[in-house]
Amino acid sequence: MEVDQLQRSFLEYTNSLFREGFLDGQFGQLQLLQDESNPEFVFEVVSLFFEDSERILNDLTLALDQQNVDFKKIDAHVHQFKGSSSSIGAQRVRNACIAFRNFCEGQNVEACRRCLQQVKQEYLLVKTKLEALLRLEQQILAAGGVIPMLDS
Amino acid sequence: MPWLGKVNGVIAVSKLSKRRTNKALVVHIRMELCNCIEPPWPADELLMKYQYISDFFIALAYFSIPLELIYFVKKSAVFPYRWVLVQFGAFIVLCGATHLINLWTFTMHTRTVAVVMTTAKILTAVVSCATALMLVHIIPDLLSVKTRELFLKNKAAELDREMGLIRTQEETGRHVRMLTHEIRSTLDRHTILKTTLVELGRTLGLEECALWMPTRSGLELQLSYTLRHQNPVGFTVPIQLPVINQVFNTSRAVKISPNSPVARLRPVGKYMPGEVVAVRVPLLHLNNFQIHDWPELSTKRYALMVLMLPSDSARQWHVHELELVEVVADQVAVALSHAAILEESMRARDLLMEQNVALDLARREAETAVRARNDFLAVMNHEMRTPMHAIIALSSLLQETELMPEQRLMVETILKSSNLLATLINDVLDLSRLEDGSLQLEMGTFSLHSLFREALNLIKPIASVKRLYVTLSMSPDLPEYAVGDEKRLMQVLLNVVGNAVKFTKEGGISIAAFVAKSDSLRDPRAPEFFPIPSDNHFYLRIEVKDTGSGINPQDIPKLFMKFVQSQPLAAKNSGGSGLGLAICKRFVNLMEGHIWIESEGIGRGATAIFIVKLGIPGRLNESKLQFVHKVPGNQVKPNFSGLKVVVMDDNSVGRMVTKGLLVHLGCDVLAVASGEDCVRAVSQEHKVVFLDVSIPGVDSFEVAVRIHEKFSKRPDRPIIVALTGNTDRTTKENCLRVGMKGVILKPVSLDKMRNVLSDLLEHGYLSESQMTITGHEVVKMTCSEDEVVRMLLVHAQEYKLGL
Repeated sequence: MEVDQLQRSFLEYTNSLFREGFLDGQFGQLQLLQDESNPEFVFEVVSLFFEDSERILNDLTLALDQQNVDFKKIDAHVHQFKGSSSSIGAQRVRNACIAFRNFCEGQNVEACRRCLQQVKQEYLLVKTKLEALLRLEQQILAAGGVIPMLDS
Repeated sequence: MPWLGKVNGVIAVSKLSKRRTNKALVVHIRMELCNCIEPPWPADELLMKYQYISDFFIALAYFSIPLELIYFVKKSAVFPYRWVLVQFGAFIVLCGATHLINLWTFTMHTRTVAVVMTTAKILTAVVSCATALMLVHIIPDLLSVKTRELFLKNKAAELDREMGLIRTQEETGRHVRMLTHEIRSTLDRHTILKTTLVELGRTLGLEECALWMPTRSGLELQLSYTLRHQNPVGFTVPIQLPVINQVFNTSRAVKISPNSPVARLRPVGKYMPGEVVAVRVPLLHLNNFQIHDWPELSTKRYALMVLMLPSDSARQWHVHELELVEVVADQVAVALSHAAILEESMRARDLLMEQNVALDLARREAETAVRARNDFLAVMNHEMRTPMHAIIALSSLLQETELMPEQRLMVETILKSSNLLATLINDVLDLSRLEDGSLQLEMGTFSLHSLFREALNLIKPIASVKRLYVTLSMSPDLPEYAVGDEKRLMQVLLNVVGNAVKFTKEGGISIAAFVAKSDSLRDPRAPEFFPIPSDNHFYLRIEVKDTGSGINPQDIPKLFMKFVQSQPLAAKNSGGSGLGLAICKRFVNLMEGHIWIESEGIGRGATAIFIVKLGIPGRLNESKLQFVHKVPGNQVKPNFSGLKVVVMDDNSVGRMVTKGLLVHLGCDVLAVASGEDCVRAVSQEHKVVFLDVSIPGVDSFEVAVRIHEKFSKRPDRPIIVALTGNTDRTTKENCLRVGMKGVILKPVSLDKMRNVLSDLLEHGYLSESQMTITGHEVVKMTCSEDEVVRMLLVHAQEYKLGL
């Protein structure tokens, strides 16, 4: 495919992600940090985020399955997840985490389980989107082009 | 008898030689021979001779008449009855012929002549009868022609007359126009009137024309202008004369008697005075002009114009002349009113100019005075307070020493008086600045909590000396920070609370502060206070309730007035000048608020309530973790290359992002995941340490403390900055307390980090604008020290003096 076309699709896709609220401005900041000295920065951060998130979600699932639910621990995990998702700009995941934390405070197991589902769902969604975005990036780079900057 | 013998007779005569002797014989012969007719009378008789002559002349006349007729008819262009004329001519000719032939019958004539004569007569008879018959038809026509002619002549005469009339009218009209033009071309009253009289006199050929104006009292008419006399003497006539009433009651010109008082203007001469006419001239006033209707002649003021025709002229006032006079009178009225209006407006304009000048002068004087006063205040402000406080302080000190009773009394008096004086000075200085609006609020961001804490701290000692309790309750929805004039707000609060303490002997004071909702904003007693809530402001409502002596509800309005003290207060010699609350009111008004006091009566305590409008400093929400920060001034990229920093964040993603940020800015970053690692890793070379303090279970503050301890003695120890996702106050306060130089909200944008770094490097700490969460480390004494000292001393004194 043509580099121009790829770049245009990349931009459109990114804009749609912003519009739909999957990502916020922080993601833009990350893209700014990617330069010659750090060409794979975004990819690295996103990969790290995926790893971290999988781990946290597993921990959360385990914790909520216990007989005696340790809300403190759950809160800590959710706090972590909130931190990382906000660092990467995954807006919807972060908002879900905030809601989760509120229910944690209320010590409501059922609600927490539901929140977990919600968070997982959001995470999977954003993961798919980010993977698609990264694939596009790779394609552009492979075609010899540069990843276009967002001017938001 | 046959007349054949005539020829024979002539021949017979010539044949006979002797004429004379044979005349009679000849005649006889002739007669016998010619068969002639003898005239009845002898030809020589005198009568016959006369008849002969008459016949001759008649014939002559009869022949000449047709000739004349023909001649004149030929001359005239039109003559419709030619046939009649012919007939008439024939008739006349025949008559003439008859008479002519008659001449021959006087002598002996032959039968032929007789026959001719008879023929002529017969013909004449026929023609004359025909003519007579014809004339019967014609003469009526001829007569009617005459009648018509007469009629036309009459008509022509009438038209002539009318033409004359119209011409006269038109001339009159022209005169009126000219007069009007003359009158209206000037706005000077005198000129108008004089011109009127002159022109009227000229147009109408008057002997005298005069104008009578009503006097100021309205009871008399005074002769003001005349045509002939240059300086009319001030004749006056009473206005209630019947003739005058008659004239005034109609808008028409009225003929009056030349003997009436208004018409007796000339020395009575032997001549027959001419007719006099008078007309009213309405004098219109400015206030007669309503906006929507023309001035009806409801005005009662009229002037009288009197016009006199020349005496002995037998002239009469014609209708058109009267009309002219009426029209002129109206025009004069209008012109006069215009002149009056103009005069009025000129006068008003002059007045206004004078007033302007006076006002300008007054303004300049006032400005000078204010300037002088401000200069004075500026100087005296300090100069006056200093000695005052010296007196108070030293007198207090003196009071503490050993004194004899009289001395003590003296010192107490000195103290009381100087307290009073100090209060007075302060209040007066403040109030005068407040009065002329030159006082401006000094806006700034401050902490509401600290304000109340401080006020409480100030008032507690005094209250506890009086054994009064003081409670403070702040509603949770109060914002932590507000934008406003902290100093003045403190002053108001202190004043109100101080008053509460002053007038309470037992019990205590309770202070409540909350955000005023719209229904609690309105005081039903102050309908003009319309607080309008908005996004950037909120209304702070503070209620100070005391269990003191209360206030009579009737006195409440006077509380806020200057220099007014109700009796009980004065009796207590409270030391207040009565200005305190007035100043508070002024300040509260400046803050777009409202202050009032409620009390149920004497002995029932009182509640002072005031509401002020404060701004909300830049908003911070939980949901908006990313917010825009304006890049200050210079866009030059500061050089952070090689700057050694440490980042501590247990969240791997966050750690990576922060590190990426700093690396991008050129720093040399060491990223650690735990507090222990951080403390161990921090070295002298690191300039900045970014600590994530939102880690639950980890006391990042302790980390900070330990880092500080590690480099406690070094002047250039690393700057510690907190990174947090929390926005609550305690975090900030704690950070600042442990010596962190700044608090930043995560996630940080590139620009933000850049600014933070440059600020840190420049100042060594994060300035207010860089700190994303503002906080005060120390709350300064924000009101004037004088205020506090004064209040403290006053209260202490009062207590001591048993008040």
